[in-house]
Amino acid sequence: MLARRNPQLNAHGELIHLLSIEGLPRAILTQILDTAGTFLSVNDRDVKKVPLLRGKSVFNLFFENSTRTRTTFEIAAKRLSADVINLDIAKSSASKGESLLDTIANLSAMHADMFVVRHSESGAPYLIARHCAPHVHVVNAGDGRHAHPTQGLLDMYTIRHFKKSFHNLTVAIVGDIVHSRVARSDIHALTTLGVPEIRAVGPKTLVPGDLREMGVRVCHDMREGVKDADVVIMLRLQNERMSGAMLPSAGEYFKSYGLTEDVLALARPDAIVMHPGPINRGVEIDSHVADGSHSVILPQVTFGIAVRMAVMSILAGNDA
Amino acid sequence: MKILIRNGRVVDPASGRDEAADVAIAAGRIVAIGQVPADFTPERTIDADGCVVAPGLVDLAARLKEAGAGALESELAAAAAGGVTSLVCPPDTDPPLDEPGLVDMLKFRARKLSRCRLFPLGALTQRLAGVELTEMIDLTEAGCVGFSQAERPVKDNLTLMRAMQYASTHGYAVWLRPQDASLSGGVAASGAVATRLGLSGVPVAAETIALNTILELVRQTGTRVHLCRLSSAAGVELVRRAKAEGLPVTADVSINSLHLTDVDIGYFNSDMRLTPPLRQGKDRDALRAGLADGTIDALVSDHTPVGDDDKMLPFGEAVPGATGLELLLSLALKWGDESKLSVAQALARVTSGPVRVLGEALGSLGQSAGRLVEGGVADICVFDPEAQWQVTPEALRSHGKHTPFDAASSGTRMPGRVRHTLVAGTLAYSAEPVRSAGANIA
Repeated sequence: MLARRNPQLNAHGELIHLLSIEGLPRAILTQILDTAGTFLSVNDRDVKKVPLLRGKSVFNLFFENSTRTRTTFEIAAKRLSADVINLDIAKSSASKGESLLDTIANLSAMHADMFVVRHSESGAPYLIARHCAPHVHVVNAGDGRHAHPTQGLLDMYTIRHFKKSFHNLTVAIVGDIVHSRVARSDIHALTTLGVPEIRAVGPKTLVPGDLREMGVRVCHDMREGVKDADVVIMLRLQNERMSGAMLPSAGEYFKSYGLTEDVLALARPDAIVMHPGPINRGVEIDSHVADGSHSVILPQVTFGIAVRMAVMSILAGNDA
Repeated sequence: MKILIRNGRVVDPASGRDEAADVAIAAGRIVAIGQVPADFTPERTIDADGCVVAPGLVDLAARLKEAGAGALESELAAAAAGGVTSLVCPPDTDPPLDEPGLVDMLKFRARKLSRCRLFPLGALTQRLAGVELTEMIDLTEAGCVGFSQAERPVKDNLTLMRAMQYASTHGYAVWLRPQDASLSGGVAASGAVATRLGLSGVPVAAETIALNTILELVRQTGTRVHLCRLSSAAGVELVRRAKAEGLPVTADVSINSLHLTDVDIGYFNSDMRLTPPLRQGKDRDALRAGLADGTIDALVSDHTPVGDDDKMLPFGEAVPGATGLELLLSLALKWGDESKLSVAQALARVTSGPVRVLGEALGSLGQSAGRLVEGGVADICVFDPEAQWQVTPEALRSHGKHTPFDAASSGTRMPGRVRHTLVAGTLAYSAEPVRSAGANIA
C-alpha cells in the first residue's frame, strides 16, 4: 500500500486543513499556540477585530448540534472580520435526503472559503476535505469519536499558559476516553509536544487497553491515575453510557472516578484542573473542585477563541 | 465448436500436472491434453505461448447485486474477464433467494448469458429473517447448492440447531458466516487502529463465539457446514482444531482479508469498509498460513458491487463491500508468490479447493469442474503469468468500481492477466481476437 500524504498539509508541509492533531509536526502546533498568544490581546481591546479574513466567507456546517462550539467559531471568525454563515444541517439538507458531498458541492458553489465542520461520523471532515474545491479550507470542529483538534489545541494553550513547558509534566485524562474525540486530540497533542507521562483513567468499559498503543499509561484506579499529576483533564460523561451497559449509574461513577477535593489532594499542589465543558456537577466533578482554585475551566473558554482565530488565520494564509 | 489451445503450460492443481501441452476441446469437453489426435481439426486455435492453461476459477462468494435487474450481465461478464467459470452467489439478493421460482429465474438468465456457471445458495430461513425454514428440497431441485443466511443472523441457537438438523436430514450443506450479531455492530476491527480513529470496533470474539457455537452444533447434528470469510487468527485456529477432530467443516477467506489489514484504512478510506472488517497483521499472517496449509479450503472474491452513492460517505456510513471477481486470479497468484508456493498450489485454492467444498452439490459436474481432465468439462482459464497490471475502476466490467486495490489509492501491482476464458468449451472472454483456424494449422 502506498503511504499517502497527510491530507492536512500541502506539498510544502504547510497546514491547509485542520482535521486532526495526529500527524502534525510540533512546529505547526507551536506556531498555532504562538499565534493564539498574539490574538489574546485582540480580545481585550475595545474594538475586538482584526482584518485578516476580511472578504472571506466562513461556513459553519454543523451536522450535529452544538451551540457552544459553533458560537466560539463564529466569534473567532467575526473577530477576524470574516463573513460567517451558520448552517444547521442537522435540520436542513441532510433531513431532506441530500448527500453530504452534494451539500458540500452546493456550498462550494456559493464561494465558501472555509468550512468549519461538526459531524457525528468519525472521518467525515476527511471526506469533505478530499472533495471540496482546492481553495477551500476545512476545520474539523469535532467528528464522531475521532478528533476535536481545536479543543486539543486550546487545551495545550491552557497547559502552556499555566505550566510554561510540556517537558516534565504528568497529565491525567479521566473519564469516557473511548467515546471522546477531545481525549484523542489531547493525547496526540501532548505526545507531539513532548509530555513524558500521559495517563488515561477510567473503567475498562470506557478506557480500552488499546490506548496503550497511542503512548498512554492506562489506569483503572482513580487515585493511582491522579497521583502527582500536574494536569487533570476531566471529560464529560454522557447519560447514554448508563443505558449502553457501560456503567451502572452516575452515582457509582462519581464514587469511583469523580474528581473530589480528596482525590485532587493526591495530585501536585500546583495542579490545574481542566474540562472541555459543559460540566456535569456531581457526576464527573465535584462543584468545589470545578469552582476551586485549581480549576482553569473558564480560562480554557477564553483561550479557545484565540486558538480558533489562530487556526483560521494560518489556514487562510496557506494555499493548497 | 472444436478449439485447440496450443503451446501453453498446462497447470492442473488437482492432478499436480504442470507441463507444456496442447489442449483439444470438442462439444464442450476436453478431448485431449498433450497428444492431440492427428484427425482433430479445430475451428479455432488459441495460441497460449507464454501462458498458463488452468482450470476455470471457482469463486465461492460473489454477489450479483440484484436477482432481478440488469446487473447480472455486467457481473457475469466481470466473472468471465476474471477467469471465473463458476461462482456461488449468496442468497441476500433482492428479494432473497427463498423460493424456487426466484432461483429458477436467476439460473435461467445466467444460462442465457453463457458467461459463467452460477450456483446460488438458498436462503436458510424465509426472507432471511432467521425464524422459519425455507423449503430446502424444492430450492435444491431448483439448483441451490447449499443454504445460508448470508450476513443476517438466525434468531437464536434453537432455530440454528433446527435449521442444521433439517438440512443434514437431506444431506444439504449449510454455509455460515461466523459472526455474533450483538458483537458485530462496529465498523472496523477492534484494535489500536479503530481506537485511534474513533471507529466502533468488532472484537475477535464476534467470530470466535459464533464459531464455537456453530462447531458445537456441528458436533451435535453432524451437519456439513462451510464457514464463510474467516477474519482472525483465533478463528483459523478453531477451524484447524475442528478439522483435526474430524468435524465435517470447510472454510474460506476473502481476497481482502488475505492481503490487507486495518492499517490500510489510512485516512478513513471507505473502500476499506468491509465485512468482515480488516483485522491486524497477525490475523492476516494466520489467514495466509491457514490457506497455505489447507485449514482454509478456498480463496473467494467476496465480490460485492457498491455504487458511488453508497461508498462516497463517511467511513461508518459507507456500505461495506468491494468489487473482486476481476481481481481473484491475480490476488491468488500474488499470495502464492509471496508465500513461495508453486503456481499449482496457489491455483488450487481457487479451483480444486472450492470444488471440494461444493462436493456432491455439483452433481456430475463435480467430477471435472475445477480440474483439467480428458473427458471433463472444458471450463478453462488461459492467463499470462508474467503480465503485471494495476486496477483502474473504469476498466472494470463490474458495476462495482470500488476496491481497496485501486491503483490510485493503493498502487498495488497485480500479477497475472487473463487472456481467454472458456465455459463449457465456448469462449466467454478473450482479451485479444482469436485467430481463425485455417491460417494457424500450417
